[in-house]
Amino acid sequence: MSTWPQRAYVYDGSFAGFLTCVGESFRAKEYPFYFLPPGADQVSLYPLREVATDLALAKSVYQALKTEISETFRRMITYSFLTCLPQKERHIYDVVHLGFIHALPQDLTDDRILLLTRAIHHMTREVDHYRGFVRFSDYGGVLVGQITPKNRVLPLLRPHFCQRLPGEAFLLHDKTHREGLFYADNKWKIRPVEHLDLDRPDQAELECRAMWRKFYETITIKERNNPKLRRNHLPKRFWDDMTEFQDDPA
Amino acid sequence: MTVAEKLAILTDAAKYDVACTSSGGDRSGGTLGKTVASGCCHTFSADGRCISLLKVLLTNVCVYDCQYCVNRSSNDLPRAMFTPRELADLTIDFYRRNYIEGLFLSSSVVRSPDYTTELMIAVLALLREDYGFSGYIHAKAIPGADPLLTKRLGQLADRLSVNIELPSSRSLALLAPDKKKDDIFQPMEQIRDGILEYKAEKLKHRHVPSFAPAGQSTQMIVGASGETDYHILKLSEGMYRRYGLKRVFFSAYVPVGSHPLLPSPADFQPPLLREHRLYQSDWLLRFYHFQADEILSPEQPTLNPRLDPKCNWAVNHWEQFPVEVNTADYRTLLRVPGIGVLGARHILAARRWRSLDYDSLKKLGIVLKRAQYFITCGGKMTPGLRTRPEGVVRALTALEAPAIAPRYEQLSLFS
Repeated sequence: MSTWPQRAYVYDGSFAGFLTCVGESFRAKEYPFYFLPPGADQVSLYPLREVATDLALAKSVYQALKTEISETFRRMITYSFLTCLPQKERHIYDVVHLGFIHALPQDLTDDRILLLTRAIHHMTREVDHYRGFVRFSDYGGVLVGQITPKNRVLPLLRPHFCQRLPGEAFLLHDKTHREGLFYADNKWKIRPVEHLDLDRPDQAELECRAMWRKFYETITIKERNNPKLRRNHLPKRFWDDMTEFQDDPA
Repeated sequence: MTVAEKLAILTDAAKYDVACTSSGGDRSGGTLGKTVASGCCHTFSADGRCISLLKVLLTNVCVYDCQYCVNRSSNDLPRAMFTPRELADLTIDFYRRNYIEGLFLSSSVVRSPDYTTELMIAVLALLREDYGFSGYIHAKAIPGADPLLTKRLGQLADRLSVNIELPSSRSLALLAPDKKKDDIFQPMEQIRDGILEYKAEKLKHRHVPSFAPAGQSTQMIVGASGETDYHILKLSEGMYRRYGLKRVFFSAYVPVGSHPLLPSPADFQPPLLREHRLYQSDWLLRFYHFQADEILSPEQPTLNPRLDPKCNWAVNHWEQFPVEVNTADYRTLLRVPGIGVLGARHILAARRWRSLDYDSLKKLGIVLKRAQYFITCGGKMTPGLRTRPEGVVRALTALEAPAIAPRYEQLSLFS
């Protein structure tokens, strides 16, 4: 444990904001023990400090993660920030502090690092799932899909879907984190999407969905029915967003 | 007949085909689609099988009369046939919506093997050339087709497969009188040579027409004829070596006919546990450096249903255990039940920094409830663990209970 005085930092919730906090803490020799997003009504016992995001500082911290430690380490930090680990900022900070101040133990059994690698593992599994489980619908030539992930998977799904559908225009909407991945003409953006109203799909789309459901139903070998195995591979939380488990509006 | 009706008939006819993997390819650059080397499951059907590809037959009209097959010519079934355009459009429609990873195209033999293969080539050419499709395509090579046609098929597909269907030429002669062993192995050889040639050419030139870049696979039915597990494993091992197959798939026989030579459909249960044990052994062959003769022998030709093959091997080779995790080499670690490929690599990586104890093994993802009987950490076994061979077998069998179908039911006092 560090001898630096402990603080609670208030920041804007972005990755650049978090990196600014890291930079500030090293400049002021403080140990942020608690991170609060803006507008949180939690009370902290540690002295509060508001940190305004400073892009230049964030950038130099981001550079240092690679030059002072390693590229693998930086990727671990970046990925960890996308996970749904509770109080992730604090756990990430612990590891960053460890990396900058002490030599980083490469030991896979260190508890602090294990916590992050497990969270990342959980996220990459979810990304792998969503590569397959995303369902698009055609709305007049534009493909629209909606998902409800636990982790912020859009940045990690982006390269996959942009390479897979290079000639299409699509929107992938993350309902949990209220953001969307937009893609058209080889350009992409990830932007906040508060909420999305979809029209009734046209006849061709409805027919395509019906055929997919028919295929899904027919491919099953009745004699081998095994609902538990299906739930293991395809947990029920994914079902709501998947065509084969949905009914079309009459 | 509408496309939807054809889809229903031709999916139903294709559902007994096992392979639905989309791995091993690395194709991109078209206007639609890209394959992922690790493969990708898009959904799971109610029987728990992965659905990755649009798995259909081009047609279920067949000139053959194989008794184990649902599409045999003597079976009274609705028959249908896709036109190449219909099937290509359907594939694109499904692919754009991310329902599927690509197409698994198989077919019954209509008119002749050559004619059937030509139709399949027409579908694949439409997809690759007209639609610029770079998704995954798995095509069945039809035994007996002209080698030039099979070659063209391999240039358009990512993976080719030839089903050997039954594990011996005797069963084949009895149940599939129109198919011969040589007809099956001849295209397998041709595909192997095509792949080798493609790989050799690729080293010399930048642009070489690809040939089945994701390799070839095969499948056989288990439980329809009397072959032993030992026979099946030896055959698989031989094919992995001789033909460089990526996968051998096993499919538990589901009764589709009532031929006197086949198990009677009345009270027949598909041998799912046996299929599971065969796949476990298949993994031992491919990733754990086991040989078929180590897993089974002519004297012990069936897999133990109550223990997985690796545990079974270990409890029969006590002289090789316990293994010290801090010093054992990779191959020795792989032989320990509860340590997998990833676990063994993690052990090697972690012990460069510190010596490992049981607590750290748990963090590395080692399944201690199996491994504990076979390892020592720093010379010590888990304190208080009973390790008499009978006790270990009993404990390991108890762990298998969920895999073995429940045979007991709760009796009521009052009925």
